[in-house]
Amino acid sequence: MRDGITNLLVVGIGGQGVMTAAEMLARTALSQGYDVKKTEVAGMAQRGGVVSSHVRFGPKVYSPQIDPGEADLLIGFEAAEALRWASHLRPTGVAMVNTLRLAPPIVSAGLYDYPADPIGALAATGLEVHAFDAGAIAEELGNAKLVNTIMLGAISDYLPFPAAALEECIVAGFRAYKPKLAEINARAFAAGRAAGHQKLTNP
Amino acid sequence: MHALVHAAAESRHLLSGNEAVARAAWEAGVRVAAAYPGTPATEILEYIARYPDIYSEWSVNEKVSVEVAIGASLAGSRALAAMKHVGMNVASDAFMTQSLAGVIGGLVIVVADDVGLSSSQNEQDSRYWGRFGHMPILEPADSQEAYEMVQRAFDLSEEYEVPVIVRMTTRVCHVKAMVTFAGERVERPAAGFQKNPRRWVMTPANAKPRLPLMHERDQKFRELTETIDLNLTVAGSDRRVGFITSGPAFMHVRETFPNAPVLKLGFTCPPPLDKIRAFAGQVDTLVVVEETEPLLETELRAAGIKVRGKDLLPRFGELAPSVLRPAIKPLLGELYEVSHCPQADVFPRPPTLCASCPHLGPYFALSHIRNLNIIGDIGCYTLGASHPWNALDTCISMGASLSMAHGMDKGRGESDEKKSIVAVIGDSTFLHMGMQGLLNMVYNRGNVTVLLLDNRSVGMTGGQENPGTGLDLHGLPAPRVDFAKLVEALGVRPERIRMVDPYQLPTIVKLVREETKMEEPSVIITDRPCSLTDRFERLNPYTVIDEKCTGCGNCIDLGCPAISVSRRETTTTKSGKSKELVFARIDANTCTGCHMCVETCAPEAIIQPAPPSDRVIRIHPHA
Repeated sequence: MRDGITNLLVVGIGGQGVMTAAEMLARTALSQGYDVKKTEVAGMAQRGGVVSSHVRFGPKVYSPQIDPGEADLLIGFEAAEALRWASHLRPTGVAMVNTLRLAPPIVSAGLYDYPADPIGALAATGLEVHAFDAGAIAEELGNAKLVNTIMLGAISDYLPFPAAALEECIVAGFRAYKPKLAEINARAFAAGRAAGHQKLTNP
Repeated sequence: MHALVHAAAESRHLLSGNEAVARAAWEAGVRVAAAYPGTPATEILEYIARYPDIYSEWSVNEKVSVEVAIGASLAGSRALAAMKHVGMNVASDAFMTQSLAGVIGGLVIVVADDVGLSSSQNEQDSRYWGRFGHMPILEPADSQEAYEMVQRAFDLSEEYEVPVIVRMTTRVCHVKAMVTFAGERVERPAAGFQKNPRRWVMTPANAKPRLPLMHERDQKFRELTETIDLNLTVAGSDRRVGFITSGPAFMHVRETFPNAPVLKLGFTCPPPLDKIRAFAGQVDTLVVVEETEPLLETELRAAGIKVRGKDLLPRFGELAPSVLRPAIKPLLGELYEVSHCPQADVFPRPPTLCASCPHLGPYFALSHIRNLNIIGDIGCYTLGASHPWNALDTCISMGASLSMAHGMDKGRGESDEKKSIVAVIGDSTFLHMGMQGLLNMVYNRGNVTVLLLDNRSVGMTGGQENPGTGLDLHGLPAPRVDFAKLVEALGVRPERIRMVDPYQLPTIVKLVREETKMEEPSVIITDRPCSLTDRFERLNPYTVIDEKCTGCGNCIDLGCPAISVSRRETTTTKSGKSKELVFARIDANTCTGCHMCVETCAPEAIIQPAPPSDRVIRIHPHA
């Protein structure tokens, strides 16, 4: 954190819920009294492209964009995407990564290679890396769409506000619009929170 | 109805620039708003549509939207048209003359420049239109300013009887930031149209006396820009470098050089030359930070003000802190160092067509037929130029495919003699500006095969409605254009109008082969909805029986993102040649059960394990 500003970078692939996760983080920061800006480049993201969402909050935020080397926290919804954006983290930053591997058609077609071990490559940079299989947890809970809430739970102990504030923001949204899903999302948040503590040791 | 419709004055909200524009339009008493979808401006009208006090519509193109707004203004209503930067080119014929005639009800054109080309074919700078059309420009830097400036723009428009441009960029439209609402809607009833042919009928005789009036108006703005509170100086203790900037670049400058003096321009056309001259005297070096062209910089140089700008900064792309720092720090004699791990070399992940996308079939056909020049257009189907189809040869502007294809036919070179010319265009783009090209082609006895890919939505911008979908901006039933009848009315012979289900691969391949052999205009119309819209019915997924898969790779050629390579093997053919086999698998989460790939599979290795549910896939009888 510099000048009291927190920089969160949420990355993944169109359709994974990256923008929703960033929205939750921004709203929670707002509820905590911060000035907030959120931006993303996702022009054609629904068509399988890269999505990156920047959330910045603090006493007063000017630029909405996070520079390379300035992110405090990188939330990667997919392993190779986390590696792609690793250089946006500051050296003391934390990467929270879903171990999911999603190869695009051009990789499947043999034009490019998927990195053999993107999480290992991340850890080798010396960054603090936390990685776990959010999809497996979602499956255990019975709903693949819970990955989003699980990832938010995972980072909730690395934010400058209480985890409960983020949880409340998410669960309150469900209570208001989809009450049947409120309880399962609370459980997903808790499961993600526990999983997020799994820190990789630098090989 | 949207929550914001009921949000009270003085409440604070996290809003995108586009949402802020909508709220501002509502408060300003706007009665008519029109737009054609275009990234990054699309959501402005989608948000305005949530305010029931405003009549709002999807117009068929940007010129129409501006003309609708002009008509409303002449009737005495406040009116707004919104568009992306390239839409201004289309709309310009209307506003370039209306600027001369002037307006009655406040008329604001909100234009969104896609600085950095996140979803556009070029990166043009809309600030030129203000100079070209003698219209003032306001440039918000964030959502709060967008909210405030749109309201100011309406006041200025009425006071000076001129259309006012609010110039946004992607980094204002799509950034969410805090906005505090100052008020609620003020109703401004329409005064009614006052007939006045000398004012509103722009014949040469009537237009000529308007010219000096327009130049008098320009002079008033040159005076106003010096005093208006939208152009303000932010004091700074470090006077080695001072900045003149506008729009989101202001935020980047403040972020990067918090101690530098900044002259922030909100009313940017015409620029306040005296104010700038005075500011220049207070700093050692004056740098203009503008996205994207060196427009202000050139004007300041012409005014004899010594500035730096594009000699330091890039002439294109966003001027984000990561761009400003390395460009400006050396001026200050400071080193620029970033500390982070090296950029990892990761494969690209370009956008691609979706599973069940109705464009997959036509592109499968086009990629399998030789000797075609395929002239493309603007939409999701532009992705046909990419892997694995490589079946689109041009793309420039909305509707260009038909007219360019016609020109390519008429201007054939020797090497193209045996080639057929194909134009590919979507439903909304055809209605936007494509049908004129077809009419022209028919009238001038051209020879082009047109693929009119009707997916019943404006797909690339997020599935908006258009006159071909049967619904309006509000999702209410609307008259739906009949493409076959329309094309016939433009003069295409009924025999040459072929309706086809794009999921029926053998049929579509056969039709494209047949029609490209004809020596007259023909139109092949597909009719399957975009698979991202509610019109699409998702069915149970298919799967590949591995033992039956022969590794031919035909299904992979379809380019469906649900199909991927499970393994590769090299085998030897009977003639002794080495051949690579590519075995396929289908991702059950991505597959939507459209069955297109089944048509490519000779060994019948692709099956649907669960019944296709009770919904039956409709097969078109016309093909």
